[in-house]
Amino acid sequence: MLDTITRWWEGFAPYVPGFAAASGLVLVLSVLAIVVSWACGLLAALGKVSRFAALRRVSEFYIWFIRGTPTLIQIFIIYFGLPQMGLRLSPFVAGVIALGVNGGAYVAEIVRSGLSAIPKGQMESAQALGMSRWHMMSRIILPQVFRVILPPVTNEAITMVKNTSLLSTITVVELTLYSQTIIATTFRPFEFYIATALIYLVMTSLISQAAGQLERYYARSL
Amino acid sequence: MVGEPLIRIRDLRKRFGAHEVLKGVSLDVHAGEVVSVIGASGSGKSTFLRCVNVLERPNGGTMDFEGFHFDYEEGARRQPTPAQLRDLRARIGMVFQSYNLWPHLTVLENVVEAPIRVKGERPAEAREKAEALLARIGLAEKRHAYPSKLSGGQQQRVAIVRALAMQPRLMLFDEVTSALDPELVGEVLGLMASLAGEGMTMLLVTHEIGFAREVSNRVIFFDQGVIAEDGSPGDVLRQPSSERLKQFLRRVLHEDAYHAAPAAPLLGGRA
Repeated sequence: MLDTITRWWEGFAPYVPGFAAASGLVLVLSVLAIVVSWACGLLAALGKVSRFAALRRVSEFYIWFIRGTPTLIQIFIIYFGLPQMGLRLSPFVAGVIALGVNGGAYVAEIVRSGLSAIPKGQMESAQALGMSRWHMMSRIILPQVFRVILPPVTNEAITMVKNTSLLSTITVVELTLYSQTIIATTFRPFEFYIATALIYLVMTSLISQAAGQLERYYARSL
Repeated sequence: MVGEPLIRIRDLRKRFGAHEVLKGVSLDVHAGEVVSVIGASGSGKSTFLRCVNVLERPNGGTMDFEGFHFDYEEGARRQPTPAQLRDLRARIGMVFQSYNLWPHLTVLENVVEAPIRVKGERPAEAREKAEALLARIGLAEKRHAYPSKLSGGQQQRVAIVRALAMQPRLMLFDEVTSALDPELVGEVLGLMASLAGEGMTMLLVTHEIGFAREVSNRVIFFDQGVIAEDGSPGDVLRQPSSERLKQFLRRVLHEDAYHAAPAAPLLGGRA
């Protein structure tokens, strides 16, 4: 028994630094893509309630297109398609943009639903006390929105981490592509894919844990 | 009353789409007056109140209040600017039917938010004043509680204190007891009565005819977007001149009697 475990570990050991680097890349990709997705999502959410019909159209089209097409195809359009239009991006940059633009459509919907979940009276009581719009949004409305949208935002972050594995198809050597390259030489897909899955699981579980802590913190006012 | 009114409203009009809710309302309120606004639902009384601090932007008419002169006529140059609106609202307190305390802030934080960040009071000073106000309504020990831990009556009293903390010149009350359980109405009306006793200028939309009669020194009856009757509680409530007001009073007083009824057991057994 001990013998088996030792042999397993010996099989793994040479690849630990590689796995660590690939996992680090997953985290970097996820964080950057999440930042991009929030920028896109907030813009689209604002666009959707804009006074200008053209902006509303653009936002609606964006959300409709992204949510109705496969993420993988969106990645291919940006990495393989755009060079034909004269825009050549590195796999890393194309990956961050593709995942960010993709996540933005979902963030837009989350923000919109969060805003509409806040009763109108919350804004009226703030306005009635003479608050500026900025003061009202930053101190009264958005903190409440944030609490409401925390669960779907958590899901989005988890989805983002998992979606980075799609970038293996455009030669970003993140966790999935790294394990594939090892398997190509070791011929041990079972162990290495399981190990890869476990690493993703650790990352997503940590996100869930952190969100749970935050949720409990916010629940103090319920 | 003689002298300059605190607030002067002339020919105020408001419509929602094609529906004209206020059809030219003129009203002077003098400092220290307690004016009850009564009327059937849909008569425009709540809309009128919300036009006073411009939560609803009127479509026409003028308003004067403490040096502000607003002209709401379409295209008028004296439309209020955002900065003027903030200044106006900082001086007019408003309490709503649904309390509208901010659930993510404690009672104390609710009360000091606007004094600190709108009026620029020093936090320590604002807290001290807020705690004194909360002590006055018997909720000092709840200052670190969140609104969800308070009863409706307590929440509404905190909402009143939150408005008072801005030291407003005028208080607007929009059916502030309508959402309360009947046994909690008294504590809120009691606080309002003591405010009236201290000389606060108050404009309140209410269904509490008894309160209007005993506490206010003026009653206004809204009907179909205009002020149909305006006078002392004795005149308006005891000797209504219009048939519409007589009908309205019969209906609401009948409701009052209905609310009072369960005090006497009808079928025996359940006292």
